[in-house]
Amino acid sequence: MTEPEPLLTLRNIETYYGPIMAIRGVSLEVRERSIVTILGANGAGKTTVLKTICGAMDPQKGSVTFRGEDITGRDPDRVARLHLGHVPEGREVFPFLTAEENLAVGAFTRRRANLNEDLALVYGYFPALAEHRKLPAGFLSGGQQQMLAIGRALMLRPQLMLLDEPSLGLAPRLVAEIAEIVVRLNREQGMAILLVEQNARMALDVAHYGYVMEVGRIVMEDTCERLKNAPDIQEFYLGMKDQGVRGRRRWKQRKTWR
Amino acid sequence: MSELLQLLVSGLSKGCVFGLIALGFVLIYKATEMLNFAQGELMMMGAFVAFTFVNLAAMPFLAGFAVTLVVALAFGMALERGVLRPMIGEPPFAVLMLTIGLGFVLRTVAVNIWGTDPRTLDVPYAGEVLVVREVVFGYDNLIVIGATAFLCGGLWLFFRRSRLGVAMQAASQNQLAAYYSGVPVKRVASLVWGISAAISAAAGMLLAPISLIDQNMGFIGIKAFAAAIVGGFGSLPGAIVGGLLIGVSEEFALRYLWPGFGEVTAFVILLVMLFVRPQGIFASLQKKKV
Ligand SMILES: Nc1ncnc2c1ncn2[C@@H]1O[C@H](COP(=O)(O)OP(=O)(O)OP(=O)(O)O)[C@@H](O)[C@H]1O
Ligand SMILES: [Mg+2]
Repeated sequence: MTEPEPLLTLRNIETYYGPIMAIRGVSLEVRERSIVTILGANGAGKTTVLKTICGAMDPQKGSVTFRGEDITGRDPDRVARLHLGHVPEGREVFPFLTAEENLAVGAFTRRRANLNEDLALVYGYFPALAEHRKLPAGFLSGGQQQMLAIGRALMLRPQLMLLDEPSLGLAPRLVAEIAEIVVRLNREQGMAILLVEQNARMALDVAHYGYVMEVGRIVMEDTCERLKNAPDIQEFYLGMKDQGVRGRRRWKQRKTWR
Repeated sequence: MSELLQLLVSGLSKGCVFGLIALGFVLIYKATEMLNFAQGELMMMGAFVAFTFVNLAAMPFLAGFAVTLVVALAFGMALERGVLRPMIGEPPFAVLMLTIGLGFVLRTVAVNIWGTDPRTLDVPYAGEVLVVREVVFGYDNLIVIGATAFLCGGLWLFFRRSRLGVAMQAASQNQLAAYYSGVPVKRVASLVWGISAAISAAAGMLLAPISLIDQNMGFIGIKAFAAAIVGGFGSLPGAIVGGLLIGVSEEFALRYLWPGFGEVTAFVILLVMLFVRPQGIFASLQKKKV
């Protein structure tokens, strides 16, 4: 028996911000029903990889293949239609729409769908959202907004979900909750997940396979079991002291970017 | 007393026209962050197109109006697709100049097709009046108010209740997230321009029986812009309320202050508003993310 073709394949992607080369030849694979993580410090290019997959940015070189179809350079709405969900960095919700309307927009591409069934599914995973369904999303707490963003992507009934730093800025209890949801979505819905995280401990616990990025390149890849035991990973991504310093630097950089 | 009522009604009807044009501005601004200074000219084109169908082609006026709305919708969408979309990513200033230029072009086109003589639109209700207890109301004014209320109700339902309307709101609140949810953001932008052009055309058709149609009637777009700011730029109800405020004030100023003052009322109100409450009547708390 031959290996089935991966659900998602990136081959030699190069992506630029103007003259700046942010991604310098990245190749990776996500197999069906697997959780894959991309680790890396800030500015490594993780978000840019996700944006290139979903079509928000076009690569200069290389190709993106999803479900056997070449989707390189396709507009994001057409990529979403193929049941590829994307939860972007920073809890991007529609602040003046209610929580339920946010979810309904998530089902936009599925004209014939049974909206109530899908809503029930999302509320099953996130009971807090059901409680606040009539509240404008802007009034939800940070954790609830993150759950809403994930729920909205769920409404697409995705075969693959791109998750960009879902734990960013959340309290440890909520990080654990999100991690549990990721595992459950993968098991119960058979959904493949590409998880980008700075919280390497959480990501390595949850995922099956991992890639490590540095300045636009993949410098290491392996099963998460092996990555956890690699000396480099332990020193740079799992070291407690180190992480604290990185966290602070990261916020400084944030301010100058926006 | 009866004079006050009459002034109020004619002021409100004028204000409805300002408000509808302002609504067009705000819709486009919210969806695409572009300021369309050709909004008044879109109104003027609407009036001329209706004139063509109703007067020249002798269509029943309701049918003529309906066809005009469809033409305006298509025209607005084509405009976005052909002229504005290629400007995405250019500095806002360049886009602004482009829309001002567009206004010039539309006026020139109108002169070349319909000439420079003022025209009147033949509607069955022209000159008809409604007398209630010796107070005389022009049907033309009443119809402007009624039709505006009807249009606003329809738009409200569309944006609150329909799948497409909610998606359009989503796209204007967070474009990238809408894209990721599968909303075809580019086509939505086209549609917004179409709807905005159709609303302006409706304003033109409603105004035509009251004033005359000529290539310069679109200059009231400037007052509508003031109305949009007074209402709180970015607020749809604000656009209408700002329009009504300016329309009524202008009518009373024309009657009770010296006549020349009428024309500047809109800008006096704008100035006062910018001092007293710069965020406008309906402050929009919206912080945009793109
Ligand atoms: N809009 C932009 N314009 C120019 N350069 C950008 C832009 N966004 C990101 N970059 C650059 O591209 C590189 C990759 O950025 P990216 O956001 O993909 O990193 P990241 O790994 O997601 O970081 P983080 O963990 O902070 O989210 C960085 O060096 C960054 O400075
Ligand atoms: Mg990132």
